[in-house]
Amino acid sequence: MASQEQNTRQGNKKGFRAWLQKLLAGIPLIGWISGLFAAVLIEYFLGDLISYYLGLPKIPVLFGFLTVLKKPLLMPGTIGYLILVYGLPILLIAKSLRKPANKLAAFLDKGPVSVGAVIHLGLFYGAMHFWTDLSDYRLLVLKLTMIAIMLTLSINVINGYMGEFSCSHPGFMALGAYGASTITLLLFANDKLFGDALLPEALGLYFFPLALIAGGLIAALGALIIAIPSFRTRGDYLAIISLAFLFIVKSLIENLEFIGGPRGMSSQPNYSNLPMVFIVMVLCIWIINNFVRSTMGKALNAVRDNELAAEVMTVNTRKTKIIAFMFGAFWAGVAGGLFAHVLRYVNPGSFGIQRLAEILAMVYFGGLNSVTGSIVGAVSISILSEALRPLEIYKWIIIPLLLILVMLFRPTGLIAFTEFNPKELMKPKKKRIEEQ
Amino acid sequence: MDLFLQNIVNALQWGSFYALIALGYSMVYSILMLFNFAHGDIFMVGSYIGFGVATALLGFAAMTGIPLPGWLILILTIIFTMFFTSFVGIFIERVGYRPLREAPRASAAITGLMIGIILETGNLAILGARRLSFPQLIESTTYQFGGVYVTNKKILIVGVSLTLMFLLHRFIQKSKWGMAMRAMSFDFQAVPLMGISIDKIAPLTFAIGSALAAAAGILYGLAYPVLDPYMGILLGWKAFVAAILGGRGSILGAALAGFMLGFIEIFAAWIFPSTLRDVIAYSIILLILTLRPHGFFGQAHSTQLRL
Repeated sequence: MASQEQNTRQGNKKGFRAWLQKLLAGIPLIGWISGLFAAVLIEYFLGDLISYYLGLPKIPVLFGFLTVLKKPLLMPGTIGYLILVYGLPILLIAKSLRKPANKLAAFLDKGPVSVGAVIHLGLFYGAMHFWTDLSDYRLLVLKLTMIAIMLTLSINVINGYMGEFSCSHPGFMALGAYGASTITLLLFANDKLFGDALLPEALGLYFFPLALIAGGLIAALGALIIAIPSFRTRGDYLAIISLAFLFIVKSLIENLEFIGGPRGMSSQPNYSNLPMVFIVMVLCIWIINNFVRSTMGKALNAVRDNELAAEVMTVNTRKTKIIAFMFGAFWAGVAGGLFAHVLRYVNPGSFGIQRLAEILAMVYFGGLNSVTGSIVGAVSISILSEALRPLEIYKWIIIPLLLILVMLFRPTGLIAFTEFNPKELMKPKKKRIEEQ
Repeated sequence: MDLFLQNIVNALQWGSFYALIALGYSMVYSILMLFNFAHGDIFMVGSYIGFGVATALLGFAAMTGIPLPGWLILILTIIFTMFFTSFVGIFIERVGYRPLREAPRASAAITGLMIGIILETGNLAILGARRLSFPQLIESTTYQFGGVYVTNKKILIVGVSLTLMFLLHRFIQKSKWGMAMRAMSFDFQAVPLMGISIDKIAPLTFAIGSALAAAAGILYGLAYPVLDPYMGILLGWKAFVAAILGGRGSILGAALAGFMLGFIEIFAAWIFPSTLRDVIAYSIILLILTLRPHGFFGQAHSTQLRL
């Protein structure tokens, strides 16, 4: 009965939107990912050829944004390229693979979530591998985007789920970056600062996760400085305490000569390759998602909504606050460690107020209290800030304007207060019309 | 001893900048329970408007041949700039804060931050990256008291800022509008029922705050003549710290804490190596806030974040 009603309602919908909905209905996530994979393969093997015939000088690196903004005359060619290489193949493959993909999704749905997730992520990683193989710029943008996702998620634990306004995230990131860099430079690299490597360099890549964890732990220890005052105060005063923490960390690093002082640290070994960043990011999303859906995550929301009531309801608010701060800081530190090894250069200047504005923009753009929102916010702001690069400084007028508009019309961000459920995402999708 | 007194003079000068800017933060907070994060950039805009006004007045004096003395131009510059910059504040209130009065507090904070970035970048886009040098309207003379050197600019800066603070105090305590502002900060739900519109009080608060920031901008331009679009960021954030330190919404507290921050910074740089200035200063602030979580003059009440 309900489906009947739904059908009539869908039947009443007219025009382009209904057509589009009908066109895209019934394709599970794995179908889309295989479409993406095929599109990326087409670009990998035929990209040069297609762009040559469309009159483009080379393959549009970042979905053609850069090309079009630099040379507007190439717009038709770029749009044609996007449709030929991405639009059509994704749609066709996803559409034609609908039945087997649904069967596979239904099969995976029966098994544990982790198996399905590994298969989806593996396919997605394959697509990204070929996509980034074409240009180093893409690789860099993708890595930085993934790091941004981790940062945004970890600040969402504090600012979104616990509802504080913490300004210290670049500080945690700096602690992690310097911690991890110190370990790798000291042990595995010959550099100016610490001299020769203490351990064989071949071991480096295996110890790198440990270095990341150590960086994260240092950041988590630093978070205690903010967590302890947060017992007595919150809101604006805590914002200032965290801001003071940021200034202190930055200034302290500038003054410590043995880690480079204001000149920073350079020539970190190239350990942050794509698989490493990808795996760490997936782990981060998985753990944070489980964390915020656990009892502890609910306790965070309780502390945010009413601290006194939470305390009465047997929530240990002090423990909750300490854990949330340390947990968020830990992942910020890990992201900082990755960041240092992606750029292979850090200086205290990269962890200032500008970085804070960027991270805050991502989390409030995407949406508070939502893992999906964090991912959306981080990806859209990082891709946008790369794509608008040819506009030079006008970029920094357009992005803030966009954020102001989002804040005016959706004050909690684009996708706020939603739960991220991988099982739901990977479920097979049935076409509604076939249900009859 | 001489060095100590000299540092007191320097701290008074720095403190005046912080105090003037912190007043704007604190006033807006007392009315709206929100911080105007674009305030540091209003200071920057004020400095640039002051540059424009001063140049225009100098040009006018040169063109018409009327020999305007430097101090008169300075006074006119301060008055005109405060007037013009107050409209920047009113505009920000209208665009960024009025629609978000009921929204979560963090949204308004983000909007303020973003307006700040737009002001910086817009300035960079319009005027280009070259640094402007603020016209020196009065000749610098140095007086010597014992071993302490005091320039007339330092006296002027401290004098003007103290005068402005005194005027603000009189305005808030004695005038009808000031009374309305005090009432509004006391209870922003009941007072609109008494016929005082928050839509009038909030722009007024933003205007006064911006005018004070503009005055700080001109005084800063007199002391450090190089203007650049990012000069408001650090000073603004530090003044924000001062506003919190004084107790949010407390006007007297903000002014005192502004001067105190100046003292802490200058003396930290004097006693310890000057590169450690920020570490020492902010560690002291962290300590103060840990011991007195609501600042010096703030009321101890817990706020629930509206989310």
